[in-house]
Amino acid sequence: MITSIRGQNLLTLEGMSEGALLEVLDTAESFVEVNRRTIKKVPALKGRVVASIFFEESTRTRLSFETAAKRLSADVLSLAVASSSVKKGESLRDTTATIDALGIDAVVMRHQSSGAALQVSRYVPHVRVINAGDGLHQHPTQGLLDAFTIRQVLSERKGSSGVESGLEMFKGLRVLIVGDIRHSRVARSDIWAYATLGCDVRVAAPGTLLPANIETWPVTVVSNFDEALEWADVVGLLRLQRERGSGSFVPSLEEFTQTFGLTLARAKRLGPSTIIMHPGPMNRGVEIDSKVADQVNAVITRQVANGVPVRMAVLYLALAGVREGGAS
Amino acid sequence: MSFEYERQTPSRDLAFLAKSQLLSADDVERALKRMAHEIVERNHAPEELTVIGMQTGGVGFATRMHELLCDITSTRPSLGLLDVSFYRDDLNVNPAPRSSTTSIDEDLTNRTVILVDDVLFTGRTIRAALNALSDWGRPRSVQLAVMVDRGHRELPIRPDFVGKNLPSALDESILATLDGVWIGTKGAM
Repeated sequence: MITSIRGQNLLTLEGMSEGALLEVLDTAESFVEVNRRTIKKVPALKGRVVASIFFEESTRTRLSFETAAKRLSADVLSLAVASSSVKKGESLRDTTATIDALGIDAVVMRHQSSGAALQVSRYVPHVRVINAGDGLHQHPTQGLLDAFTIRQVLSERKGSSGVESGLEMFKGLRVLIVGDIRHSRVARSDIWAYATLGCDVRVAAPGTLLPANIETWPVTVVSNFDEALEWADVVGLLRLQRERGSGSFVPSLEEFTQTFGLTLARAKRLGPSTIIMHPGPMNRGVEIDSKVADQVNAVITRQVANGVPVRMAVLYLALAGVREGGAS
Repeated sequence: MSFEYERQTPSRDLAFLAKSQLLSADDVERALKRMAHEIVERNHAPEELTVIGMQTGGVGFATRMHELLCDITSTRPSLGLLDVSFYRDDLNVNPAPRSSTTSIDEDLTNRTVILVDDVLFTGRTIRAALNALSDWGRPRSVQLAVMVDRGHRELPIRPDFVGKNLPSALDESILATLDGVWIGTKGAM
């Protein structure tokens, strides 16, 4: 059980305590304020070097992490894998060793293989490793920013601040996660975060898009998607990951949309205050209707905006208190 | 007398065990009134004042000081809160401190800032605060009001307005709130 990420790697949300999650959410709240200032920069990580290495393409996560590191005054080294020696066949271990030799304090890493971040953390134990997505395994900062966004929206409705409301709104909150659960690292991070925080988490997906070991997850699989939509306080949609072959797990995209897409007709079943979430990038017209994505209760751009303060909190907590050049 | 008070400083959570009470709530209120008058005496344009309470110990004092200044001057100086966690100089050494709310809603350029804190000790928190304030503009002046000055400065910083000078030993701890001032020892929770 991880009780705090202070001075630690962030590899997964599975096994992270409620207290550790709360610490990140509350710290992120302070950084929301920093991001509202005219000068959106604090010197907390001055002199630290954060390397961002993305073996898989990404827009929002990479930009968001690099913005976060820069707003903490860290120096950012950005490795574009497409133009790097990885293309010449360099191994993950050697790439890591090369970057380590430059003297870095943290590495933010995305990789197509599950477990790659854990593997790198073993190669360079003195460097903090922040997982920005590893294969089908985890995308911890997405889970954190989704929980943060839910707390922010529900606190605003009550007229209180996120820090004041603590974790109370998560208790018994009805969260429905829909779509390509099998290929989604976002689902894996979201589900563990929500379950630890006390939410009632259910999933809806075609049988082919459920993972084989779903019964070991802290979720209930719903049999009737339409009824579950009426039940939910939060609906979390997932991208159909065609690059991971999701297309061959459903008879056709049209059929997926008809049975498990949040179409305009189906969105009418949602309660008036049900929050609609999507980690992006969206396939408009596949898992979510374009008009539904732009409804007021859809908080998709807010999720993106919250990425920066949440990632600032993660980098700050993981790196502050760790002496430059390693040993804490 | 034994008294336990849960205290959150910007750096770490501490439990405080009091040995003796040095100021009563009435003494604290009197000191605050005197300091408020000194602030008005020194600054001829009260409408340019911005009172900023240092998280977390200075917040109560700043709020009360702001009320007193409103009463004395019949103007409304502005009031803000400042958390300096992200500006500390020990972030490479000590674990990340727990942060609290910062709320400064105006450009501080040409304002007269009265920083309010509970206890002035090494001066490092105030160093961090001066660093932070510059992100909101260029104040005309920054003045420091503290309830207790306990000595042991590690930086060239001095208070402009002091509630009480209390020379203390390094292993002692001071707790200052609107309810009174105590000297005692601290223990990790």
